Amino acid sequence: MLNVTQSGGPFAFSEENQKKIKTILAKYPEGRQRSAILPMLDLAQRQNDGWVSSEVIEHVAELLELTEIQVLEVATFYTMFILRPIGRVHVQLCGTTPCWLRGSDDVLRACNDMGLETGKTTEDGLFHLSEVECLGACCNAPMVQINDDYYEDLTYDSMKAVLEAFKRGETPKPGPQVDRQFSAPVGGPTVLKDMITADAGKE
Amino acid sequence: MLNDQDRIFTNIYGYQPWTIDAALKRGDWDGTKELMAKGQEWIIEQVKESGLRGRGGAGFPTGLKWSFMPKESKDGRPSYLVVNADESEPGTCKDREIMRHDPQKIIEGALLAGYAMRAKAAYIYVRGEFILETERLEAAIAQAYDKGFIGKNACGSGYDFDVYVHRGAGAYICGEETALIESLEGKKGQPRLKPPFPANVGVFGCPTTVNNVESIAVAPTILRRGAGWFSGLGRPKNTGTKIFCISGHVNAPCNVEEEMGIPLRELIEKHAGGVRGGWDNLLAVIPGGSSVPLIPKSICDDVLMDFDSLKEVQTGLGTAAVIVMDKSTDIVKAIAKLSHFYKHESCGQCTPCREGTGWMWRVMERLAVGKAQKQEIDMLLDVSKQVEGHTICALGDAAAWPVQGLIRHFRPELERRIDAFHGRTQVAAE
Repeated sequence: MLNVTQSGGPFAFSEENQKKIKTILAKYPEGRQRSAILPMLDLAQRQNDGWVSSEVIEHVAELLELTEIQVLEVATFYTMFILRPIGRVHVQLCGTTPCWLRGSDDVLRACNDMGLETGKTTEDGLFHLSEVECLGACCNAPMVQINDDYYEDLTYDSMKAVLEAFKRGETPKPGPQVDRQFSAPVGGPTVLKDMITADAGKE
Repeated sequence: MLNDQDRIFTNIYGYQPWTIDAALKRGDWDGTKELMAKGQEWIIEQVKESGLRGRGGAGFPTGLKWSFMPKESKDGRPSYLVVNADESEPGTCKDREIMRHDPQKIIEGALLAGYAMRAKAAYIYVRGEFILETERLEAAIAQAYDKGFIGKNACGSGYDFDVYVHRGAGAYICGEETALIESLEGKKGQPRLKPPFPANVGVFGCPTTVNNVESIAVAPTILRRGAGWFSGLGRPKNTGTKIFCISGHVNAPCNVEEEMGIPLRELIEKHAGGVRGGWDNLLAVIPGGSSVPLIPKSICDDVLMDFDSLKEVQTGLGTAAVIVMDKSTDIVKAIAKLSHFYKHESCGQCTPCREGTGWMWRVMERLAVGKAQKQEIDMLLDVSKQVEGHTICALGDAAAWPVQGLIRHFRPELERRIDAFHGRTQVAAE
């Protein structure tokens, strides 16, 4: 038995995910199916309510003909694999220097004031807050990742508004939370203005 | 300032669609077959002549790197191209924009570079958190296959070439090329001892070249417009254009493509709305991503943004991620946070890095509040030099440099905090 939380039931990939795994395995040369370990753990985590259980590790090891420790050491090395159940809305707050310079402490305070605490899941099981290192959106700092999406150019107030929307069961629009085109400067780009045509829209 | 006509990434802000038809209108995939027909040696020579240096941080000449790959396989092993899209260096957020707004540039670049190096396929390794960017890239690859640009008989050239996307799962160290290769093989991302170098034994035991997204994405435009066009921009040995990521205490943080060698002050004032509170309110800048030493305002005043100019002032261009800090910044805390980053991201393989990053972070946290003795500043410097250059990969160096830069330029501030702390505790004791 592995030193990872057990879910109490067996794990097997859904039919849809089994098809995806076939496509994934086809990317790698013969005999190199081990390369599929990261995408398979990711699929499993998504199917398994956002976390990797010991049953998942056993199953992935079996499918890839690896030992369980070979899968476990990968699952524990990469930060994106969650080895215990957490809240449905995973808020990952970047506090590395570029975000910190632009007020990530305020964003953290907004989270705290909404009842989120670092490393913990809220009692209703909705939110889980993690403080993470640089997420690579530094020109749109400060930012958080919520599940798959980036919420950028945050302030204390806009962070609260985003969390309140999730609380109401909505998914607020990701990206910059100020009037801004991706990572162009606020107020419009200083270059390539010809690219802003009438039909140019935000994707 | 660079003319718009000389910009490679015309859709960096995503005003136009990312889709292949829009990319074709922007000039991607124009005459790719003819470029390939000029031959592998021509492509490598052009890239060498253009002076392109790797855009991932180290600045190694790209054409030279490509020339290390075997010209024929004597033992039947295929060759591979790996595109490093594991963008994780704090301050850096340029490859993300290429992936989501101009993905065909990466795919066309992968084909041309892969063909030049006689690779059978490219793997684009994207950082794990870039989920939407990965989906975008996969969709763009599917469109390129549909048009016959990649796959069997790519662009009608008679050459077969596949492009795959592989997403990581959260580990800064996988941006190091051999850690990336380990990760791509389904293992922990721990750097390999070299030699053998990837050009001999890379992914799956085969000859491999790992290039940054931006290096690959600029290649098609260089080949179309000519090496002379690219080398005519910038300064000798520091040629071409570069995407700068300007973050921190500026009025309008942004990504912008500019000419290499642009003065730092001009870059910040023209494109990022200037330093918050004006240029005189500037304290320091980290000019090339978190790994490079900071420079104080006095150097920022007239330094040029390229590899050699920044090296002359004991820092580096790195990924060209410019982190601006105004006078309100707690500079010691800012660097202590970077020390925490490196402690968090050390893979733990080499003792100097595993132990040293944690040790440096703990001392940095104490220095931030002055709870230290003055001789500890030199001890910290000494330890940083025991980490630097004594590890398998450059993460140890990357952890040491920000600390060294702080001590080099802000020693009086460190001492002031120590004096203040002890003065305060003395008063409290009396």
